[in-house]
Amino acid sequence: MLLIPCPWCGPREENEFTYGGEADIVRPVEPDSLTDSEWANYLFMRKNPRGLHHEQWVHTFGCRQWFNVQRDTVTYQITATDNLR
Amino acid sequence: MGKYSLFNLIRHGLSYHRDWSKTWRNPEPQPSYDVVLIGGGGHGLATAYYLAKEQGITNIAVLEKGWIGGGNTGRNTEIVRSNYLWDEAARIYEFSLNLWNDLSQQLNFNLMYSAKGVLSLGHTLQDMRDISRRVNANRLNGIDSELLNADQVKKMVPSINVSLDSRYPVLGASLQRRGGTARHDAVVWGFARAADALGVDVIQDCKVTGIKVQKGKVTGVDTTKGFIKSAKVGVITAGNSSVMAKMAGFRLPIESHPLQAWVSEPIKPVLDTVVMSNTVHAYISQTARGELLAGAGIDPYTGYAQRGSFSVVEGAVAAILGLFPIFSRVRLNRQWAGTVDTSPDACPIVGLTPIQGLYFNCGWGTGGYKATPGSGWVFAHTIANDKPHRLNQPFSLERFTTGHLIDEHGAAGVAH
Repeated sequence: MLLIPCPWCGPREENEFTYGGEADIVRPVEPDSLTDSEWANYLFMRKNPRGLHHEQWVHTFGCRQWFNVQRDTVTYQITATDNLR
Repeated sequence: MGKYSLFNLIRHGLSYHRDWSKTWRNPEPQPSYDVVLIGGGGHGLATAYYLAKEQGITNIAVLEKGWIGGGNTGRNTEIVRSNYLWDEAARIYEFSLNLWNDLSQQLNFNLMYSAKGVLSLGHTLQDMRDISRRVNANRLNGIDSELLNADQVKKMVPSINVSLDSRYPVLGASLQRRGGTARHDAVVWGFARAADALGVDVIQDCKVTGIKVQKGKVTGVDTTKGFIKSAKVGVITAGNSSVMAKMAGFRLPIESHPLQAWVSEPIKPVLDTVVMSNTVHAYISQTARGELLAGAGIDPYTGYAQRGSFSVVEGAVAAILGLFPIFSRVRLNRQWAGTVDTSPDACPIVGLTPIQGLYFNCGWGTGGYKATPGSGWVFAHTIANDKPHRLNQPFSLERFTTGHLIDEHGAAGVAH
């Protein structure tokens, strides 16, 4: 089980959290002018790296805050968190 | 390679079984091939086998970074079935299920395919509505599927707890009688041996480090055993598909998650069918060796480590014990995880890519094992003819641009 350092509550067990997928995917500013392939890129295409991953978590059964985590997808080691403030 | 037969068994018995030939050669790579397949799992080896057998291309290398049987094919829970909701998915899984029938004879390798039936439990009224919709859709597609009530489930699996007071009351189930299990190790070994016999080089311990592309065409692959030239490269690397796509310069709608499973100590025969439940995210069967083989849904986060979180195992075990209180004192022997390539619509991506001569077969996610022979068949056709077979035409990468997704989350659910 991952021990996730919530920026607000400190280290807590993984089942208190919900995974939110890849971080920093920017919502299209002008959705009306997007082509189909740009939509596909935004909605479906993912980096899915083998190694360092920037991802979102929410502390569902805690402070209920979203934050970003930098985690290695091979060692599962969490090296940084960002409270998004 | 000697044929496996009763005659040969007796003949080799006379020489104390000392003269059996190796199951497959273990060659070093040649400088170039007609087709290079990356990934020596079930799907990759099936592709090689059908390329050689059905498409007449035998100058093929299968590159496996580890050893044959060390990846997802040796890590799943062996379940074979075809009761998918949508026409496109039903067709490809049904095609595959039909190939399982005489695959042991075709490959001359006992795959221990056993059509012991697959029960998919419903615990809520909505479950039952979804199940009956799926059963009806299956039957319209000519796929055997039955709707069972709780009494019928209890009659078929006497050890199950169908009490309405239980944590997950069983209201009924769908049953596919032709579904069942096949021994997963035997599937990779059988395909590797049969492909090898047709002249395919199965190269183990050979990791691909780069895919060479010139003017939009693939020219070969860099490996830990040197550069291998080929105008056609098929990628069948499951959880590592995004890594391979990055080497070729594009992205996939794939996320790699750990998927866990485990076996108990061997016990006497107690469960003669496969029982799965989407709602509790668990599935269980008993192997020929007597172990209870069970698995969970994916771990929520992405990961390539072939290990997941214990809480996922704990949750699935708790759910299984709710259904089978009789197993409460059975001890678990081994637990493991594979890395599965989940796609947004729980359907595979099998076909061409933006690079000419480069083909991808991925996105099977949690349920690719059952499709092993069919996937190999259609992918071999795709590579040989440079265009998809009618069965994998709907499973193109373009569907994420056109919007023609095939939402199989319900049928894919669990059971891997």
